[in-house]
Amino acid sequence: MGAKRKKFIKNSIVHVILAVLAAIWVFPILWVVLTSFRAEKGSYVSTFFPKAFTLDNYIRLFTDTTILNFPKMFMNTLIIAIFSCIIAAFYTLAVSYCLSRLRFKMRKPYMNVAMILGLFPGFMSMIAVYFILKAVGLTEGNLIRVALILCYSGGAGLGFQIAKGFLDTIPTAIDEAALLDGCTRWQIFSKITMPLSKPIIIYTVLTAFMSPWLDFIFARVICRANADQYTIAIGLWRMLEKEYIDSWYTSFAAGAVLVSIPIAILFLCMQKYYVDGVSGAVKG
Amino acid sequence: MGILKKRVNDFPTPYTCVRAIKEGGPETKLSMVLMGLGNIMHKQTLKGLLYLAVEVVYVVFMIYAGLGFIGGLGSLGTQPQQEYWDEASQVYMYTAGDQSILILLYGVATLFLTAVMFWAWRGALKSAYKAECLDKAGKHVNTFAEDLKSLLDENLHRLLMTPPTIFIGIFTVLPLIFMICMAFTNYSKIDNHLMLFDWVGLDNFAALFDSSSILGSTFWSVLVWTLVWAFFATFSNYICGMILALLINRNGTRAKGFWRFCFVLTCAVPMFVSLLIMRTMLQPEGAVNVLLRNLGIIAQDASLPFFTDPTWARVTVIVINVWVGVPYTLLQLTGVLQNIPGELYEAAKIDGANAVQIFTKITLPYMFYVTTPYLIVTFTGNVNNFNVIYLLSGGDPVTNLASTAGSTDLLVTWLYKLTIDRQYYNVGAVIGILTFIILAVGALFTYRRSKSYKEEGGF
Repeated sequence: MGAKRKKFIKNSIVHVILAVLAAIWVFPILWVVLTSFRAEKGSYVSTFFPKAFTLDNYIRLFTDTTILNFPKMFMNTLIIAIFSCIIAAFYTLAVSYCLSRLRFKMRKPYMNVAMILGLFPGFMSMIAVYFILKAVGLTEGNLIRVALILCYSGGAGLGFQIAKGFLDTIPTAIDEAALLDGCTRWQIFSKITMPLSKPIIIYTVLTAFMSPWLDFIFARVICRANADQYTIAIGLWRMLEKEYIDSWYTSFAAGAVLVSIPIAILFLCMQKYYVDGVSGAVKG
Repeated sequence: MGILKKRVNDFPTPYTCVRAIKEGGPETKLSMVLMGLGNIMHKQTLKGLLYLAVEVVYVVFMIYAGLGFIGGLGSLGTQPQQEYWDEASQVYMYTAGDQSILILLYGVATLFLTAVMFWAWRGALKSAYKAECLDKAGKHVNTFAEDLKSLLDENLHRLLMTPPTIFIGIFTVLPLIFMICMAFTNYSKIDNHLMLFDWVGLDNFAALFDSSSILGSTFWSVLVWTLVWAFFATFSNYICGMILALLINRNGTRAKGFWRFCFVLTCAVPMFVSLLIMRTMLQPEGAVNVLLRNLGIIAQDASLPFFTDPTWARVTVIVINVWVGVPYTLLQLTGVLQNIPGELYEAAKIDGANAVQIFTKITLPYMFYVTTPYLIVTFTGNVNNFNVIYLLSGGDPVTNLASTAGSTDLLVTWLYKLTIDRQYYNVGAVIGILTFIILAVGALFTYRRSKSYKEEGGF
């Protein structure tokens, strides 16, 4: 009985600790959801729970387009995300297939160079990329979108580690059998390997699709003052700047919730593949 | 697989450049000057013509523009922009002076193109020699159609790897070379060198290492803080994430899925959103201070100096980083933790070890052993962790007004401030190079010795 009692107390303590920790972790998210429905304006409040609830913050986001044009930013981001996702996902999968399945002279050098390039601070070359795009004339008007698409898909060939880790786990015996049957390697790639790697395709496509929604550093440098080309991330960032924060703070919360919902759903569904991909690379 | 296996370690081929030059026939040797000649003479007319076309385009480009671009690299432009009075329209006009940045960019791009051209030249030579050898031995020489077809089969890697590699070349390698060049110039707002600048050799490095100057002392303090931050950020996340994973996965815990969901929910929210939220919550009038006041923990008009006191700010960013990072660590370590052999724990229990002893003597050493590569990746990631610092504190508070960095600035956020806000491009580039060197030395040293690198591709 004593041992059982001791175990019960121990379990209770663990559960209490977990509950406290979970509360700490969920608290900010709860707070932003509450803020997005808050009727009072401004960023500084005296109470934790809103005094009155409203949907105006969401409505304003899509109707008040005079200062910060949220619907336009949404469309910009969507267009950029779709195109860069197609290019980047194809590049990543193609490179990881080659590195995982084919043996050629430049394979090891390529992987070493990719690792070295990964060690440079990513936006160290950002200014240089801007100058290159400017020299080609891609930094004016609607061409900014093309520039951003190129930026987001430009480094896709370097992010092959997770997809390669997955492809390494598919037995090579399948490839050999197909080769004996007279398949070309392109047929093996398109008809055997790709259908077998749906999870990693989904994972790659999603990460490529999400990056334009999350990045605001590159977008800010390339868009500069072209407000009609802004993406969602810059828009949300601007809402917190000094001149906007008082009137836009609750709308910022609403926008944050809107951006987070699809990404949260995707993430929770893709959690398994995320873990698989990472732990595949981690195993010692 | 047998064929593949033989070629895993090296790719022997009789058709090398050296042999082409030494043993090739006159037409192969002439291919050194007139690319593709060897192919044209040996039944590969179309391929040869393509090589020739590449050469013609390159030569024409070099004559009309390229040589000028490379020549400009020496001085980087001398003609300053000048103001003059335009009588016709009665306004001051500016003559277009030389723009050093464009001269440098075009020069570097031309050199880059020349390197690519050299690679094509080697390809042409090898291909000419191969065609010659095969033709002389009476063997079949691939037609152009067959060459194209091979792109889908034994040369599939060429087809699939070329476009991504071109993108990497243009958007990663070329800008990087360009930036590295800037580190050796005086391209900066200091002394107004934004239009015209010159090569200054290693002066920028010397200035940064000179600890008596304001730039030098800032560099050392930022460097020390970066390393301290990376160490604490990596290990606090690692240990906290592991303890949390153990708590959730221990036998007695109920509703494991629910707990995991609570924590994972936070990494489902985009990082920049959650960081911006955290920042506003921790402002002097933000939600956390309001809550503490309402609970009576601090006085009504007091607020905790989360981002206004240097020490507070440093601790705050590390703690918030735990909040941001632990869910990821939890996800990644859960699987690895479950792989620890159960016998180890049983043996320890029989020997009378308590929970703390088991954790420090079995779990930690085992995890360190297995996850070393992961730790290295996280450490380098933290040295380059721009988002957390920039979005949370923005490098503030600035204690020394003369310096360009605040107390929580990392090398990368300082680099960003110097290039984007202050336009000290040269100093920014130097910091980028130094960050790279620090990371590269550490990472290469440990990566190369790690098991997962050695065993890679061992099948």
